[in-house]
Amino acid sequence: MDINSPDFIARSKSALNDANLQTALQNLKAGFPSKRRKAMERMPEFDAMRDQAVVIKDKVIENLDFYLETFENKVHASGGHVHWAQTSDEACQTIVDICRSVNAKTVTKGKSMVTEEINLNEFLEKHNITPIETDLGEYILQLRGDHPSHIIAPAIHLNLPQVSDIFAEKHNLPRKEDPAELMQEARDIMRDHFIAADVGITGANFFVAETGSTMIVTNEGNGDLTQTLPKVHIVVTSIEKCVPTLEDLSLFMRLLSRSATGQESAVYNTLSSGPRQTGDQDGPEQFHVVLVDNGRSDMVGDEQQDMLRCIRCSACMNHCPVYSQIGGHAYGWVYPGPMGSVLTPKMIGIDQAGHLPNASTFCGKCEAVCPVRIPLPKLMRTWRERQFEQNLGSAANRWGIRFWSAMVKRPKLYHAMTRFTMPLMKLWAGKKNRLHSLPIGRGWTLWRDLPAPEGKTFMQQWQAQTKQPKQHTDKEMQP
Amino acid sequence: MSRSPYLQPSKNTLTQPKVALFVTCLADAMRPSVAFATVKLLQAAGCVVQVPASQTCCGQPAFNSGDRNNTRLIAQQTMAALEGYDYVVGPSGSCIGMLHQYPELFDETSKDFQTAQKLARQAYEITSFLVDVMDFKLAPNDTKAQVTYHDSCAGLRELDIHRQPRQLLAQMPNIELKEMQEADTCCGFGGTFCIKYPDISNRMVEHKADNANASQVQLLVGGDLGCLMNMAGKLKRQGSNLQTRHIVELLADALDLPALGEAHNTELRSASINLAYEG
Repeated sequence: MDINSPDFIARSKSALNDANLQTALQNLKAGFPSKRRKAMERMPEFDAMRDQAVVIKDKVIENLDFYLETFENKVHASGGHVHWAQTSDEACQTIVDICRSVNAKTVTKGKSMVTEEINLNEFLEKHNITPIETDLGEYILQLRGDHPSHIIAPAIHLNLPQVSDIFAEKHNLPRKEDPAELMQEARDIMRDHFIAADVGITGANFFVAETGSTMIVTNEGNGDLTQTLPKVHIVVTSIEKCVPTLEDLSLFMRLLSRSATGQESAVYNTLSSGPRQTGDQDGPEQFHVVLVDNGRSDMVGDEQQDMLRCIRCSACMNHCPVYSQIGGHAYGWVYPGPMGSVLTPKMIGIDQAGHLPNASTFCGKCEAVCPVRIPLPKLMRTWRERQFEQNLGSAANRWGIRFWSAMVKRPKLYHAMTRFTMPLMKLWAGKKNRLHSLPIGRGWTLWRDLPAPEGKTFMQQWQAQTKQPKQHTDKEMQP
Repeated sequence: MSRSPYLQPSKNTLTQPKVALFVTCLADAMRPSVAFATVKLLQAAGCVVQVPASQTCCGQPAFNSGDRNNTRLIAQQTMAALEGYDYVVGPSGSCIGMLHQYPELFDETSKDFQTAQKLARQAYEITSFLVDVMDFKLAPNDTKAQVTYHDSCAGLRELDIHRQPRQLLAQMPNIELKEMQEADTCCGFGGTFCIKYPDISNRMVEHKADNANASQVQLLVGGDLGCLMNMAGKLKRQGSNLQTRHIVELLADALDLPALGEAHNTELRSASINLAYEG
């Protein structure tokens, strides 16, 4: 996927003016958060579960080498293969090599954000292998040449007529408007793809060190057909998605679906534990797991390590007041919303993704709903600190803060300055008692007035009161 | 933006506790009445209020802009200014929340860290101080209005301020609190955010203004001047009749001054009487 994050401001502006998108975002906001809240109300132990999840994830991250090697050994023991990929290109090349080894022409794909991250589809196409997205949302996006705007509801930015249009155009069939009919059309087409595919590629929501299993959580069942019908199943996942045991997995499953969609459980929760064994009725002949690093191991031990706990539930973006105004595409790369604002700079560079950790009011709702208690605002702030240290971003902002700090650090000068400027502001505001424009801070008055100051500052008035003759007061600094 | 680990309110046992008023830079410059109303409430609750002269701003703009160096220096200055009191109280969840973040600016073995922890344990936003620490009860008064309350993000999520302002409003017999939709959704202020991303911020405050207007009240109150000036500025630009005030103005009966951004005052009661407090 192209990197468009530097254009964040322009992209967010056009998102704000896109009526279809705004309607879609209203629906999203009305849907997931209230469903999540109801699910939580039915689960009073939620907070205790979150605490437990933090402990487990931190333990995995701090002993990542141990758990990953345990996982690798288990996969080998079941007859599968584990491939380690440090970069996106390495991951893509590994996958293409596997596909070529079985002369694959088409591959079906389950929904996977890691494959978006490594830009797999483009890489496959370049090597004459046709990827077919089988998740309905992803399939619609693929037909449109579009990309996900949300990590679990990828086509949330589209409406029904847009789906009708693209199906009619690409399937060369009469245009349908009934969602059920559209879905049937997609199913009919998809069925042939499932059967014809040489290789099936899925992601993994989690993988289990104890058993060497990977797991996908879906609501459509497409992932199961993707991974069981072809001769080769490739799981593409990232190293932090490891959990130690099946019992730990059950905790994360409970947290994930409730935090994501408010479901008690997703419809399909499927474990893959190696290739088809003697006596198995189905399953792939080959089972490969590609473990993608792509910068994650650098985060182990640094101040952003907590981000590696993320289970990609999307609760942070579903509750984000910024995401819910601008949608996912404004962020300009694969991962949108608060989690993306921490992760994206790591993956594409803070020079490219500089706006993302700044475009937050730090309202803290993301952290409040995060099932693994990632301190997202704090992690976004660490990016701002790195930008400040490296002189990145707006120089005007940096110098503004330096000038302001210089004043604030000199209380006498600071109070003299406010004593001087506030009456001027009041005077300028006039009878209306509010300012319609400002010489600096135009961003404020572009859309709103500035209530005028009262005139005299509090410190000025308080000092005047405390300087009254002694007999009026018996305590120092008391009016 | 996590809940502060230093938030352990315990009931005050001191007679006439010595309270340092943390004025906050916005109240100092833009709305001194808010600071005076805070003093009035603290005195009514039996506190001896002092105003350390060398305080300026909590340093949050530098902190959230990534300037950790200056944040640390401002924190040291503020800690020195606020040392030696039983409590530190201010009319802002955001600024008091910043004081609660001071410890993480310093090395855990340093003296500054100890000082910062001590300050964080003593620092309270005014409504939570009155309710959680002082057990303060407002005396009945005749201010009459329908109001809605905006939960500012920092107060709500760092300092657990939600029940306290509502509890105080409930003690005013002629005040009817009508909750707006999404009272706890950010208003779009976000410090420098509203200047750096004006279009997004505008949409957020528009949404907030819509919800506030839809609650059909005369008065919008909240606990943070940043958010309040943002909302008042939007409401006035839209031409809304809804007035905006800091909650302490209402609680302390400090309603002589026009509401934020208003040219004239609108009387919120039929006859003026002196307000008496029960400690």
